[in-house]
Amino acid sequence: MWTWFYRLASPPHVYRTAAALAPWFLALAAAMIGYGLIDGLVFAPPDYQQGDAFRIIYVHAPSAWLSLFAYTTMAVAGAIALIWRIKVGFAVAAAAAPIGASFTLAALVTGSLWGRPMWGTYWAWDPRLTSELILLFLYFGVISLRKAFEDPARGDRAAALLGVVGVINVPIVHFSVTWWNSLHQGATLAKFGKPTMPGSMLWPLLAMLLGYMCFFGGVLCMRLRGEVLDRERQAVWVREALAP
Amino acid sequence: MIHRTGFWAMGGYARFVWPSIGFAVAVLVWNLWSARRHHARALLRARRTAAMARSEKS
Repeated sequence: MWTWFYRLASPPHVYRTAAALAPWFLALAAAMIGYGLIDGLVFAPPDYQQGDAFRIIYVHAPSAWLSLFAYTTMAVAGAIALIWRIKVGFAVAAAAAPIGASFTLAALVTGSLWGRPMWGTYWAWDPRLTSELILLFLYFGVISLRKAFEDPARGDRAAALLGVVGVINVPIVHFSVTWWNSLHQGATLAKFGKPTMPGSMLWPLLAMLLGYMCFFGGVLCMRLRGEVLDRERQAVWVREALAP
Repeated sequence: MIHRTGFWAMGGYARFVWPSIGFAVAVLVWNLWSARRHHARALLRARRTAAMARSEKS
């Protein structure tokens, strides 16, 4: 019953599929991020309260969204690898971790630069900021734990386990602004509600969000190829593929 | 639309807006560079392993 699933997750199949998908994802990302940045920085009107400082949203919100999405991807891939013993799952988790960590850092830095003119401080121990910082430490923990073991298989399992346990922080980050009193503004795009910004501001934001997702897909594919190749370098299919 | 002369000033928030955009772009570029380097290094290691296996055979 699960044969197709295992075949789909076979390292040579994943390696080739990732190579085919990466350029498409990156081309889409370039188009959407290019449009989003130009429309957001040049054509969108300034906010009536925040003025032009609100334009930081076009890089801050997609980075923050991606920090959560990459962590969820890493945790789900780790869980699949632990439960079904699919080795590619560990490779996906390993590939997603540094990408997610970099976007978490971007969310914190851009948020801090936005906070200074709006809140009067670069940093506050606010629930949203603190939980996002914990997310960054979780990423660092997962990356370090993978490298801490001499046996790479043990490192993979330990890192996947920490990733799965740490996923509890994802809803905490997301709902922190509604669960606790927070300096941070509420969700700009609610799942079941009308957006809180007009279309001229919203379209570039949506383009940036989609562009960042495509960028994540492209970079994940590129990193995944490296991970698969590293883990499979003794395999016959790799030797055959690299044969002169 | 922002007036051309005021564009770089960002309504007085330039020192917050431009570093944010700059940092975000740097993160995008770092991700691309790092992913390419990661794959290139893995390819090099795999080639070395394959070459060693071939020399052991012969």
